[in-house]
Amino acid sequence: MSETAEATVQEVEVEPKEPLFSSKNKRLLTDPLNDDNPITIQVLGICSALAITVQLKPTFVMSVSVLFVMIGGNLIVSWLRNLIPSRVRIIVQLVIVAALVILVDQVLKAFLYDVSKQLSVFVGLIITNCIIMGRLEAFALGNKPWPSFLDAIGNAAGYAWIMLAVAFAREFFGSGKIWGMQVIPKGDDDIWTFTDLNFYNVNGVQYYADNGFMILPPMALITVGIIIWVQRSKNTKLIEEN
Amino acid sequence: MDKNTNNYTFLFSGILIIVVGATLAFAAESLKPMQKENVRLEKMQNILASVKINVDATEAKATFDQYIVDQVLLNNEGNVVEGSEVGPFDVDVVKQYKTEAVADRFYPLFVFEKGGLRKYIVPMAGKGLWGPIWGYVAFEEDMNTVFGSTFDHKTETPGLGAEIKETWFQDRFIGKTIFNEGGEYMSVEVVKGGVDVSGNNHAVDGISGGTITSKGVGEMMERTLNVYVPYFKGNMQAAL
Repeated sequence: MSETAEATVQEVEVEPKEPLFSSKNKRLLTDPLNDDNPITIQVLGICSALAITVQLKPTFVMSVSVLFVMIGGNLIVSWLRNLIPSRVRIIVQLVIVAALVILVDQVLKAFLYDVSKQLSVFVGLIITNCIIMGRLEAFALGNKPWPSFLDAIGNAAGYAWIMLAVAFAREFFGSGKIWGMQVIPKGDDDIWTFTDLNFYNVNGVQYYADNGFMILPPMALITVGIIIWVQRSKNTKLIEEN
Repeated sequence: MDKNTNNYTFLFSGILIIVVGATLAFAAESLKPMQKENVRLEKMQNILASVKINVDATEAKATFDQYIVDQVLLNNEGNVVEGSEVGPFDVDVVKQYKTEAVADRFYPLFVFEKGGLRKYIVPMAGKGLWGPIWGYVAFEEDMNTVFGSTFDHKTETPGLGAEIKETWFQDRFIGKTIFNEGGEYMSVEVVKGGVDVSGNNHAVDGISGGTITSKGVGEMMERTLNVYVPYFKGNMQAAL
């Protein structure tokens, strides 16, 4: 293995008798949820965050797809890590990820046709999701299957919860729905009448109007930005010196 | 074994490709029947949507079989084709528009009946700004007045041309007619923004910023419906 490759591999030394959920292994699961979140901290894979977070349901399917590809990719690469010739390792990883993504795409087309139409090209674009290739190259290539499996779940979950949080905000404020269900009652004239939470009050009539801006791509970026802001203000060790 | 030799690299790559290729080929082949069925169900949903019946994919087949009482296939001259190899439902007008010469194209017609009233549904395909557009236009029993329509597209610009799939645009076609007072064929034209078309039965207002796609819809209707004119006229005469 070349020196540069070695430098990028995080070596986690697993003792032979280490318990399955040692503190080290637990950190593999929990770090990506917060301190080392792939989206808010590493800012990887946010392309899809912009595209498919208009509604919760496609976002959920997308997250599950990423989870599947992530686990599959990490496990396979980890199993093969001593066999993969280092000169072609990136291409090998790419082939493995691409194969898994195509599998997901085919399964969605067969069983969840309407969702697969909504996600359209973005399922295919999981291939280019930096989180996946990043974890394969940085972790699975240098670690045993079990830690790699945990790392995959941790990172996919870290990706998923941010995506779902963004999708929740966008669907709720953008269309007054949660998971496709109308939660803000629809009034006459396409105006959402709303009495308890006073969103707008015009001429004594209280109503909530859909915020159309929320369903446009820029709001995904801004929502992610707000999440990053909140996270860093709570977790001060994340703030860089300069 | 030295993993850095060329032989090893070729061997590894070869095995990987064969395994991956076999897995994907197997998955694609075994899932194909279900995927095809999904496409068929979606087509049924779209056809039913043009007569304002919106059903889930699960009910699409039952509803389609219940209300679509007849399917006719016309050739480019507007004559009914009997005993063709592909049934009217299986004609892919979008694909045909791209690959077949005009004289070789087939034109399906779906006859819908509910409560004794018939509607005639015409599928059509054409060209938007970036790629194909298609749709279904349903006519009233008189084969003249538009009852409803649905359009879709592949790659039109969101917010502009892509608006043809929104109901506010599709509803503009309702009540328009394709024959003038003299009984001559006159399709519904999509005119460029801001024109008052309320008194005109043969024009609808286009989409601002989506002019080329709007015009594409108009062209698609004009060209496609033209083929159905002899059939419609023949039926009207028979009804008299």
